Amino acid sequence: MKILVCISHVPDTTSKINFNADQTAFDTAGVQYVINPNDEFGLTRALWFKEKQGATIHVVNVGGPETEPTLRKALAIGADEAIRINQPATDGYSVAQALAIVVQEGQYDLVIAGRESIDYNGGMVPGMVAKICGYAFVNTCIGLDIDGASVTAVREIDGGKENLKTTLPLVIGGQKGLVEESDLRIPNMRGIMQARTKPLHVKQTEHPKAMSQTLRYEKPAPKQAVTLVENAEQLINLLHHEAKVI
Amino acid sequence: MPILVYAESDQGIFKKSTQELISFARAIADQMNTEVIAAVTQDPSNANLGQYGAHKVLNLEQPSLGEFNAELVADALTQAARATGSSTVIVSSSANSRYMAPLLAVSLEAGYVPNVVALPQSYTPLTVAHNVFTNKATAFTSLQSSISILGLSKNAYGVHQYDTNAAITKQEVTLTSSSVEVTSLDKASNKVMIADAEVVVSAGRGLKGPENWGMIEELAEVMGAATACSKPVSDLGWRPHSEHVGQTGKPVASNLYIAIGISGAIQHLAGINSSKVKVVINTDPEAPFFKAADYGIVGDAFEVVPDLIQKLREFKAQNA
Repeated sequence: MKILVCISHVPDTTSKINFNADQTAFDTAGVQYVINPNDEFGLTRALWFKEKQGATIHVVNVGGPETEPTLRKALAIGADEAIRINQPATDGYSVAQALAIVVQEGQYDLVIAGRESIDYNGGMVPGMVAKICGYAFVNTCIGLDIDGASVTAVREIDGGKENLKTTLPLVIGGQKGLVEESDLRIPNMRGIMQARTKPLHVKQTEHPKAMSQTLRYEKPAPKQAVTLVENAEQLINLLHHEAKVI
Repeated sequence: MPILVYAESDQGIFKKSTQELISFARAIADQMNTEVIAAVTQDPSNANLGQYGAHKVLNLEQPSLGEFNAELVADALTQAARATGSSTVIVSSSANSRYMAPLLAVSLEAGYVPNVVALPQSYTPLTVAHNVFTNKATAFTSLQSSISILGLSKNAYGVHQYDTNAAITKQEVTLTSSSVEVTSLDKASNKVMIADAEVVVSAGRGLKGPENWGMIEELAEVMGAATACSKPVSDLGWRPHSEHVGQTGKPVASNLYIAIGISGAIQHLAGINSSKVKVVINTDPEAPFFKAADYGIVGDAFEVVPDLIQKLREFKAQNA
């Protein structure tokens, strides 16, 4: 089985979010980057398939050279090869088009992406890749088992879950549940050494068409200070008369 | 060119989030001098979608759309958008709509912006405000495609009342089979879902153990609320993953969010930022949650919560 895991290079979840002086771009100063958490759950599930059922794992990212350490980390925890599509990740549609080229050229059986990146929260790339490539698609996937070409998957829905049957080739939008937090791996020294010599291909694609353009960003206005109350009665009173939510 | 709304329903019931979606579409349609077409996949005859602002209801109902299937719904909406010449499609933030919308975007060659939080800033080109960085910032994005899909954040606009009379028209769509088949559904029918809840009662490690959740569930029941929890609580297995709210869990956009024994890590606060009113109950006055909350009680949950349940019962009895 050939698995492609799409890796988004995102600010660590504890990062302070700031923008440049004219508010047109994210300010990367002092920001630590990580594998997007939803992608990391997917990558860890891919490693499980590799170890238990046999698979090769390629990881792919759309972005500039600054994203390579994130790809190297994926190699260090067990992916076999990495591909960096050398173009700025402008909008979800253009990223999906670039990834679709890699998916089709590589004839992958399974494409795993996170259900959304924690930076721009688009949540659209996995579904778009599936549709462009004509692959089956399961979003918010919290369980995945593969036997030959047949697949059983679990999808998280509002208020419950849905058990699904589908076939390869398949794209999933993954999240926590595919594996547990405790299953996530930390690269060890041997993995880090091996990752240095594993292939990292840099690929140019035809410049795909963006459908949207972000003009500027804004941070929320500072919040008013909290109103401290002494007891339940006062709280109920304020929620009823002032906030009008009960 | 009209605005098409994917008007989701569950067993023929159009939830508040769908009503809100229609009202949002109506406000846009009024600006663009066009009309709102609510596309439905279940029998709409028991609902009056005109009262939320729809001008027309397009009934796409057919046996293969009886249960939600993202591929088939996307196919049906593609045909509906083409047949009506719609230039804008509005979808919700439900799990099903988020699943379906990217497929629809590819087949319509449409730009898609989710997490939209306000009416457009401009109409030519269409420019919208949407939340990014898990509600830690807002982006202003212009669509450059001839068809646009907007995903409205829950509770971002509200339901508005109209007295439009929306006639129902049947639209035949041709659907092939899907590559994904639902084999079974596991859904709690008697619980309030986080996605729909007006009030969410959430608890953290301050509760000390899963055996202490009885009072949280009781408080939720009194308030008609959904229960939720912090990440450590779900990682420890005290509560199911489906209750984890925060950056890597579920987002919450309720009217009222009550955090009990949750310190307020940056990732948790990001996930609940869209809630309108936030209340914190915590023994530690230095807990970061107090900086994000509207109301706070510095106190022990094991004393405050039972008292709150009792006082809420009395309040309900008086205001019933």
